[in-house]
Amino acid sequence: MHKLLQDKPGEKMFLLGNEAIARGAVEAGVAFASTYPGTPSSEISFNLFRMARESELYFEYSTNEKVALEVAAAAANCGLRSMCIMKHVGVNVAADALMTLAYVGVKGGLVIISADDPYMFSSQNEQDNRYYGKLSGLPILEPSTIDEARRIIADAFDLSEDLGIPVIVRTTTRINHSTGAVEFGTRIPPKTAGTFEKDPFNLVTVPAVSRNLHVKLLEKIRRAEEISCDSRYNVIQGDGSLGIIANGVSATYVEDAIRDLKIQEKTRVLRIGFSHPMPAPLVRTFLSGCEKVLVVEEGEPYMEEAVKAIAQEAGFVNPIKGKADGLFSRLFEFDPAMVREKIASYFDIPYEVPDKPDLSDIPELPQRPPNLCPGCAHRAVFYEVNKATADMETIKPTDIGCYTLGFLPPLSAGDFLICMGSSTGTAGGFSKATSKKVISYIGDSTFFHSGIPGLVNAVFNNHDMTLVILDNRTTAMTGHQPHPGVDMKAYGMEGYNQISIESLVRGIGVGHVSVIKPYNVKKSMAALKEAIEYKGVSVVIAQQDCALQVKGTKKAAGRPFTVSDRCKDHRTCINELACPAFYLEDGRVKIDAALCTGCSVCAQVCPENAIVPLPRNG
Amino acid sequence: MNVTRLIIVAVGGQGNLLASKVLGEAARREGIAVRMSEIHGMAQRGGVVESALVFGPAESTVISDGEADILVSFEPLEALRALKKCNANTVVITNTKPLPPFTAAIGRGIYPDIETIRKRIGEKTARFIEVDATRLAAEAGNVLSVNMVLLGTLTATGLLPLSEENVKAAIADTTRREFLEINRKAFEMGRQSV
Repeated sequence: MHKLLQDKPGEKMFLLGNEAIARGAVEAGVAFASTYPGTPSSEISFNLFRMARESELYFEYSTNEKVALEVAAAAANCGLRSMCIMKHVGVNVAADALMTLAYVGVKGGLVIISADDPYMFSSQNEQDNRYYGKLSGLPILEPSTIDEARRIIADAFDLSEDLGIPVIVRTTTRINHSTGAVEFGTRIPPKTAGTFEKDPFNLVTVPAVSRNLHVKLLEKIRRAEEISCDSRYNVIQGDGSLGIIANGVSATYVEDAIRDLKIQEKTRVLRIGFSHPMPAPLVRTFLSGCEKVLVVEEGEPYMEEAVKAIAQEAGFVNPIKGKADGLFSRLFEFDPAMVREKIASYFDIPYEVPDKPDLSDIPELPQRPPNLCPGCAHRAVFYEVNKATADMETIKPTDIGCYTLGFLPPLSAGDFLICMGSSTGTAGGFSKATSKKVISYIGDSTFFHSGIPGLVNAVFNNHDMTLVILDNRTTAMTGHQPHPGVDMKAYGMEGYNQISIESLVRGIGVGHVSVIKPYNVKKSMAALKEAIEYKGVSVVIAQQDCALQVKGTKKAAGRPFTVSDRCKDHRTCINELACPAFYLEDGRVKIDAALCTGCSVCAQVCPENAIVPLPRNG
Repeated sequence: MNVTRLIIVAVGGQGNLLASKVLGEAARREGIAVRMSEIHGMAQRGGVVESALVFGPAESTVISDGEADILVSFEPLEALRALKKCNANTVVITNTKPLPPFTAAIGRGIYPDIETIRKRIGEKTARFIEVDATRLAAEAGNVLSVNMVLLGTLTATGLLPLSEENVKAAIADTTRREFLEINRKAFEMGRQSV
């Protein structure tokens, strides 16, 4: 049995924050879950995916976050407790559904997980999704600790059903990817059979209906504020006159700082875990005893703005600060020492900042950026495109996935990127605005996610571009989740269909379609050249299983290669392919047999044919 | 009790997440509060993996620059890179076997010589313990047991509030059965290397 399915109330376990959230969903009796994977949220859905195989839970990987939310919205409107999981930028994709779903509401609880990523450990921006609460009107809950991440899910479902609207649970990477003790609670058995009652004058959002629904939503927000004031997630601790307001992981840094600085007697802390709507009466109560207030929150001054507005109405004139020069930044994530120092300086608490080592004499260290894996077929494609366009001026929009890593030299395969799917849309703009050849890269999962509309647009508007679809048969970057082009039997699952990218592309009416096997360098280069020379929209589908996924299986490429003594040290292999299996020893290129997957691409590019399969007993 | 802050750094694939898991399980057995955080987004793609473990009465799961009590590095260059996490009282344990990053292999950056690493870390921290963990792991029977060697060394320093028995029991609980004998041996070799 999956460890998170165990019915053992009181059992203590060390869980990753994302496991704790998945456990919270199980305890709340979640019946229906959908997602599109995205770091730092992916382990929540991966655990639900596995649990769905041995429980009544319905789980699906949807094509994108908007579809995932629509699927879950319907299930919740049939009375099922539903959950929809995504990373912060995924909420942008789902936002169209989200904004009006707030009007329509839900019958069964619907909890939306927004996994924010301050510092952008693995994201393209660090937007603060608490503003989605304000924008949509939906309540936002934010856990501060791992056990709270478990507990908050059941409370979010109760709140969602109480108010009849979805509830957003907002986490940050340091909740998702931290591990701590969790105490299992009791499980509510899920209700798995839904019923839909037709009610078009409340469920079909034509203008006349929506005008009524917006009135109802405002009433729900008003009620949510009352609940927010009494919530166990919004609490005042201490009764000193130095006020600190904090949320999420910042609240734990504040707690540590107060203990380290020994200012328990002087401070009072308002911990906000129910952050939309902000609990205005509770904030007023808190402020009334404060001589000075500091707001500690990563990201945007969301609480600070709200607290200042509440203070203005209440006639509270003492200083309130948060984001300011010398205090907290809107950039990146916080850490305990930073919070301790800012608290000490803002409140004039005696504190000697500990000495840090003088690092001025440390030499510049070589970076260790993440790299495409040994044997990764994306590397082969990038090399082949570079060779096929050696005498051309090109612009290469790229997209989101492992292959984004190809933007680094020497492959330099990526000139522009803004969001999932943008390689197909931006290609058209570049081709119209310049006279350069545009070659876009997109992965298979990203193509299904949001690349298709851009390709349809390019065909319709007759843009001049080549789209290279890097089809490695998985969503590799986030941990090898399936997508609509995957054979689910490989995951041991029946009852799915598989969508052919080639048929889809031909169906759109793309003028020139070819399929390549990127480990065959010569043939691939010829096909790429032809596609790139085509005037109009051409698509090249590069099919090769993800080397990391098939490592150690029968599908792996084969025997490792080695550099023979025919090598004349051209270094084409290491300088132009830059596979991590290469290393230099005494000035000569070698191949690490433990890393080499036997893809043979380097053997094909070597001008001396000096790279050969390692002898079987060698 | 005091708070003990441990940072573990490694190159993706070296098995430091398992090492953290063992220490977490050992702390559970010991009845000591522990919280951990990991930055492992690209672990499988050769990047740096950093784990922070906070033992004892604290709420945060991250360790600020200059505040690690112990640094364990699976690779000497990464020990030097993580020096910003240390202070004059920090004890540093490192595997001495270099894994040059690809950038150095293609001439973008120079791997510092081991003497520089030794000197810089030695003069800025309280104690610098070098272990040829890769060699010891290979001697124990599996080069992938570097994590167990380093856990042995770490346990032998007595700096963590964890008993040797509980760490050993945690290894038995957490690691795969077919590797248990090798892991035990690797742990023991690491323990005796100090």
